[in-house]
Amino acid sequence: MTEPTAVALDGATVAFRLADGRVYTAVEQANLAVDHGEFVAIVGPTGCGKSTLLNVTAGLLKPAAGTARIFDKPLNGLNRDAGYLFQADALFPWKTAIDNVAIGLEIRGTPRTEALARAQKWLTSVGLGAFAGRYPHMLSGGQRKRVALAQVLIRDPKILLMDEPFGPLDAQTRQIMGNLLLELWTADRKAVLFVTHDLEEAIALADRVVIMSAGPSARIIGDWPITLPRPRDIAEIRMEKDFHALHREIWGVLKDEVMKGYVQSTQAGAA
Amino acid sequence: MSRVTLMALQVLVAVVTLALWQVFSTVPVFGKVLLPPFFFSNPVDVFSQIVKWFSTGVIWKHLAITLWESILAFVIGSAGGILVGFWFAWQPRVAAVFDPYVKMVNALPRVVLAPIFALWFGLGVWSKVALGVTLVFFIVFFNVYQGVKEVPTTVLDNGRMLGMNERQLMRHVYWPSALSWMFSSLHTSVGFAVVGAVVGEYLGSAAGLGYLIQQAEGVFDVAGVFAGMFVLSAFVILIDMAVTAVEKRLLVWRPTAAARD
Repeated sequence: MTEPTAVALDGATVAFRLADGRVYTAVEQANLAVDHGEFVAIVGPTGCGKSTLLNVTAGLLKPAAGTARIFDKPLNGLNRDAGYLFQADALFPWKTAIDNVAIGLEIRGTPRTEALARAQKWLTSVGLGAFAGRYPHMLSGGQRKRVALAQVLIRDPKILLMDEPFGPLDAQTRQIMGNLLLELWTADRKAVLFVTHDLEEAIALADRVVIMSAGPSARIIGDWPITLPRPRDIAEIRMEKDFHALHREIWGVLKDEVMKGYVQSTQAGAA
Repeated sequence: MSRVTLMALQVLVAVVTLALWQVFSTVPVFGKVLLPPFFFSNPVDVFSQIVKWFSTGVIWKHLAITLWESILAFVIGSAGGILVGFWFAWQPRVAAVFDPYVKMVNALPRVVLAPIFALWFGLGVWSKVALGVTLVFFIVFFNVYQGVKEVPTTVLDNGRMLGMNERQLMRHVYWPSALSWMFSSLHTSVGFAVVGAVVGEYLGSAAGLGYLIQQAEGVFDVAGVFAGMFVLSAFVILIDMAVTAVEKRLLVWRPTAAARD
């Protein structure tokens, strides 16, 4: 039995109307497929529309052209199969850590005591069992990301969308979070679409790395399978020869785009 | 500065002020009393007036009336502010249509409404409540409106992605956000509820602290006016302390809650 493709973007184009009336095309003709249980990382220069593509998959944005299919069904409205880990803090600041995690179950109608018990288990599995009663502002940036991860995973989404989730964290915390993510992902192998600007992070985590060109009208310009063996340790895998070979190969393509993106961003700033 | 020194200095200010007041209003300097008792009374008289009010128990009735008016004004004004704030935030068109009128009414010094309210609602409790409501309403309204509008997009998107429907978004996202804005202005809105009550009483009533001050003024009883003012300040400080306690409890989740004041 073959599982249907978890995410299939076909010719997805996203355009915004700017304040001055011009149309800005963020992403053009993107074709992307994520298989069931596959971990795909999208890498691209800053402002290339990686997050835009993720928002299309989440159903938060409607593509101007092209289609998005989720498990072979056209996406209409929000993607109910997906959990979304945002780049910015998205926890509810007025709820404690455990309430933040339990809410995804509670709104489904799970009785509160059961929701809390399961939330406690999830907090424990992201290493925050002792922090259930803390409010988000009492937690560090890394701890808040852990809570956010538990908040998303407790609903057991079939697809996990991650928008530079570890971007704001320091290098060590990023590695720890990366390993935690891989550990949790290995347990039940969800389809993951992981957006990052960090190529090393992408190679270390993913089964496939997709490269996007600099915006506007960003396109998908490369797709590399990452055959490094699993289980992986994010910190150690970076030392290996295969990792370096892949990195050199992909960076050769990405480098030009990063420079283009940089030049464009400085020009936009000057204009 | 240590806590004790600070307290000592604070008490010192009061003692010196009262002492100077007492001296200049009773002891002639170069044959002239600088603070004529007729206009300035003196601390001893003011204090004995306060003691008399409390020992005879007259004051309790007035305090109770003012407190009751303030509470009613606060509750009704807040409820109205919350309802309209949410309504406007949900319906931008309604907000746009009413915008100039909201600004106009808010710009109006509310004291001028007191005679109208006295005509409409009589000299009893309700004309004062009405005055307080017009003050409290706008503060709560603006804050709730802002609170609903200022929910971070990410938090809202997160709620949606977690599967919340509109009703659940309301309960778990908009409502707490609006309330937190409202609570952050709790001191102001409660203060205005008291102002509404006292000003209303002062302009026409048969009971309350404002009435007490107005009565004393009417018979040139300056000691009574000052005594009323002191009782009123103490009353407001007590209410403010209660508000602070409530606020600490309700806004535990806010990083600024402890750092403020």
